Formats: sequence, C-alpha cells, structure tokens
Amino acid sequence: MSAITFEEADSIRPAQARMSPPSRFGDKVFYWLTLSMAFAVVLLVILIGWQLTLGSSYAVRRFGFGFLTGSAWDPVAEEFGALPFIYGTAVSSLIALLIAVPLSVATAVYLTELAPLWIRQPIVSLVEMLAAIPSVILGLWGIFVMVPWLRDYIFPFLQRILGWTPFFSGPIYGPSMLAGGIIVAIMILPIITSVSREILRSVPDLQREAAYALGATRWEVTRIAVLSYARKGLFGAVILGLGRALGETMAVTMVIGNTPQIAASLFKPGYTLASVIANEFTEATSDMYLQALFEIGLVLFGVTILVNLLAQLLLKTITAGADPGRVQ
Amino acid sequence: MNKQTDRKDHHSWRKFKSGIVSGLTFCSAVLVIAPLALVFVYVLKSGIGAINFDFFTNLPKPVGVAGGGMANAIVGTLVLLALASVIGIPVGVLGGVFLAEYGTARVNAVLRFIADVLNGVPSIIWGVVVYGLIVLRFKSFSAYAGGLALALIMIPLILRTTEEVILLVPVGYREAALALGIARWKTILQIVVKTASRGIVTGILLALARVGGETAPLLFTAFGNRFWNHDLSEPIAALPLQIFTYAISPYDDWHRQAWAGALVLVTGVFCVNVLVRIVTRVRTASA
Repeated sequence: MSAITFEEADSIRPAQARMSPPSRFGDKVFYWLTLSMAFAVVLLVILIGWQLTLGSSYAVRRFGFGFLTGSAWDPVAEEFGALPFIYGTAVSSLIALLIAVPLSVATAVYLTELAPLWIRQPIVSLVEMLAAIPSVILGLWGIFVMVPWLRDYIFPFLQRILGWTPFFSGPIYGPSMLAGGIIVAIMILPIITSVSREILRSVPDLQREAAYALGATRWEVTRIAVLSYARKGLFGAVILGLGRALGETMAVTMVIGNTPQIAASLFKPGYTLASVIANEFTEATSDMYLQALFEIGLVLFGVTILVNLLAQLLLKTITAGADPGRVQ
Repeated sequence: MNKQTDRKDHHSWRKFKSGIVSGLTFCSAVLVIAPLALVFVYVLKSGIGAINFDFFTNLPKPVGVAGGGMANAIVGTLVLLALASVIGIPVGVLGGVFLAEYGTARVNAVLRFIADVLNGVPSIIWGVVVYGLIVLRFKSFSAYAGGLALALIMIPLILRTTEEVILLVPVGYREAALALGIARWKTILQIVVKTASRGIVTGILLALARVGGETAPLLFTAFGNRFWNHDLSEPIAALPLQIFTYAISPYDDWHRQAWAGALVLVTGVFCVNVLVRIVTRVRTASA
C-alpha cells in the first residue's frame, strides 16, 4: 500500500466540507446568543443610569447643585435637600467601617496565618452563613433585641465614659445613628472578612518562607511579609465593604430612627439615602416628590458605582500581580 | 553570658507577643461569628412559638384577630423566584458561557469588571429602576415587576459563578469533542456545560437564596398583598416584605408573626446554603 496521493486527499476534503455548514450556522447562532447575554451587563448599567436620570430630570433642573447642599426636606412645600441623608449615610458607614474593619481584617489574618488548620474551615463556613442572613431579618433582630440592649446597657455606659464629647451627649433614644452604624457593621463584616482572606491567601508563600528563614515568629511573619505585601488589596477589601455599607437598606431603615436631621450626637436618630427611598417612595404623592426620590437614587447610585470601581481596581491589581509568584 | 540571656529574654518576649496577637485575632473571629449565633438563637426562640400548621395554610388575619398565617407570602416568594429564574438564569448562564468560551481577553475583562461593579449596586436601586421601567409604564405594582427586579440582581451573580466553574473544565474535554467533529456549540452545551453543571446549579441556588431574602427591591415593585394573588400583573405578597411590614407595626400579634416568618425564611436560606456546601464538598472530594 502506498501513501494517499494529493488527488485522493482532495477528494476527502469536500466530504468534510459538506458536513460543516449546518454546524457553522448553529455555531453562529449560539455565539451571538451568548454574546448578547454577556453584553446584557453593559445594558444593565445603561438602564440604571438612564432610568434614574429620566426619573429625576425635573428635580435636577429645578434644584441643581442646591439639592446636595440643602438640608430642608419638606414634601408639602416641595423643598428638597439631600444633605441630611448624605450625612446620615456617610456617618453610619463610617461608624460601620470603624467597627468592622479591625474585626474583619483581624479575623482574616487569624484564618489565613495564625489559626490551627482544623478550625479554619468551620469559621469560614460560619462567616459565609452570616453573609446569607437576609437584611430584613437582621433588622427585625435589631429592633427587638439589639436596640433595647444598646439603649439599656451600652449607650449609658458610653455616655458615662465619653459623655464629655459632643458625639455621646444628650438624651438617649433607642433607634439612633449609632445603632444604624452597628447594624451596618454586622452586615459588612462577612464581605470584608472573606475578601481580605482571599487577598491574604494570594500572598506568595515564598514571602512567608523567607521571613521564617530569618527566624521570625508567626506574628512577625504576618506583619513583615504578609500584611505589608497585601496592604493595597486589604484597602480594596475595605473600600468594597464601604460600597456595601453605603447601599445597605432594610436593616438600617429599621433601627436608625428615620429622622432627617444633622446632629452631632450619635444617640440621635438619623436617616440615610437608601432608607428615605425605602420609606417614602410609595408615599410620594406629588410628581416633584417622586422626582426628588429618584434624584436621591441617582446620588446613591453615583457614589456606590465610584466606590465599587475603586474597590475593583484595587483588588484587580493585587490579584493580577500576585498570581505568577504563587507557590501553592 | 549577659548578652545571651538578653537574647533569650527578647526571644521569649517575641514569642509571647506572637501568642498575644493570636489570642486577639481569635477574639475578633469570635466577635464576627457572634451576631450569627445571636440572631439565630432569637429567631428560633421567638419564632418557634408562632409556627403551626395554620401559619403555612392561612392568610394573614386583620389586626386584633389572633392567629392567621403567611401562606400567600410564602407562595408569593416562590412565584417571584420562579419569575426571576425565567429571565435571570438563561441570561446569567449564557453570558457566563460567553465569558468562559468566547470573546477576547480584553473585552471579557471589561465585562467581568462591569459584572463585579453591578454586584455592588444597592438592591434598592434595582427597585427604583424597575419602578420607572415597569410600574410607572403599566400604572400598577405587579408580580412581573418584582420578578424582574430580582432577576436583574441575579444576572451578574450567576454570570460570574457560571464563568468560574466553566473555566475549571479541562481543555482536553473540548479538544476531544471537537476532534470528533462535533460542532462547537454542541461541544459547549453537551460536554462543557454538562461537566460543569453541578457548579452552575450551585451558583444558581446561591443566587436564589440571596434574592429570596431581598426586601428593598420588592417594596415598590411587588408591593405586597394581604390576599392571594390571582393575576401576575397585580401586586403580590412576599415573605421578606411581610416580615418588614409586621416588624415595624405596633402590634404584638404581628411581631410574633414576623418572628415566625423570619424563622421560615432563615430556615429556607440556610438549608440552601448547607445543601450547596455539602454538594460542593462531595465534588471537591471526588475531583
């Protein structure tokens, strides 16, 4: 038997060619189908931006920048200023970060560097379970368990020690800015913990081994080799937590007291951008009222998008940079 | 001699410091877990008393009348999840297939980035958007609007998990199928997606558990309903909505109902999470 000639080879090809056209058509359809579904995410961003701008166009034109700096919120007189809500969102998120960041980063450090191996997975699972608790249930617990407890024990205690500062002076209400901040802290603990954990895990083992080889203790390894290496990524995790804190709605609405005011005392009730939408949207009787709420939504969306963009950029650079050196 | 003891002291001090930090970080881990335990204990303690057969079969009773249930809200949540799945699952899964199988690295990186940013959009914003898109246009709160709001939240979630599990399928599988002359789309659907199906289903279940507990996007889309919903273009009840309404009401009866609802919701969400964890553990164990 001799090898096949060119003519024979040519005669094989048409047969294959006959088989391919139908599949090529299917391929094209499937390609465009999946492509359009993937580009749906772009469409969604445009949809949000478009709907929020459309819904708030009159309010934007009428109030201009004054909307962001005005502190009057009077639906009857059709005067709308978002400052108390911006203040409430900023302060409650700040309180949440102050509480949640040290706790979650320390937990992440414990889980990746210091904990005995057998205890790591159970704690990770429990943190994931905490993340799975619906916001409304945390709010329910907040109203009936946490707020009374804070009012009767923690707040008086804080006042006794720090009552001389404006932040902890004045009468003690149950629902308050501080209660809102604490509930937001609980909501963002899991995400900061799990993202920080991912970041710490992406630190190359060579870094650790080098520090151990110099005779460093466990904590010294963590501090010198791991934390300094992961600083940027951890910052990204914190910013991601901030993004979640800004948009947290149900639990905050249920414990923050929903009063549009700017008060120094954290024991006074406050109001956030997300909760004013949740509370007043269905009650908006006039068009301008609804427009103002849409504009609040626009402000909230703008801020969270910027914060999330920053967080993703910080997280992308760290994981991209860490991959090649990874030993495991 | 002196120098040596110094060094020894210093060493034990360093070890001591390391131990202190271990202890402190352990305490933070306990503090992070504590809210989970506290919430769970209170939901169980306060909810178990109000749970009975009626809770699952009856409609809510008016204020002042004891008893009643949340049958309509439980069914409502299931209906909303089904509606959300109809849009959210195909878009999310097929989009994930695209990111894993087609496209250029740069475009996909951008799409992935956008999906991650979308995951950070507050859920109440989705409610406002769907209100403008559907409710204002059709002049009525509806189950469709609520389902759409949940679907839009699900899309970026499912998209990312699908992509991740599909990328885990070995390239050899694709090459073997293509070498047999099987068309690319058939290879993807029947070999790749099928291999990754368990992971994809896991992602879908987690997304459903997440949006099933969402309240904010339903406030002004599904709106809630005290009765059975017979027409999907009408408002519909949902478990989280009902819990919210009852929780902020001034009535003790309703508070009890809210705790019972919370127990049902938490049990559902936790069951899905535990189930998923067991399934994925089996998979990683066998792989």
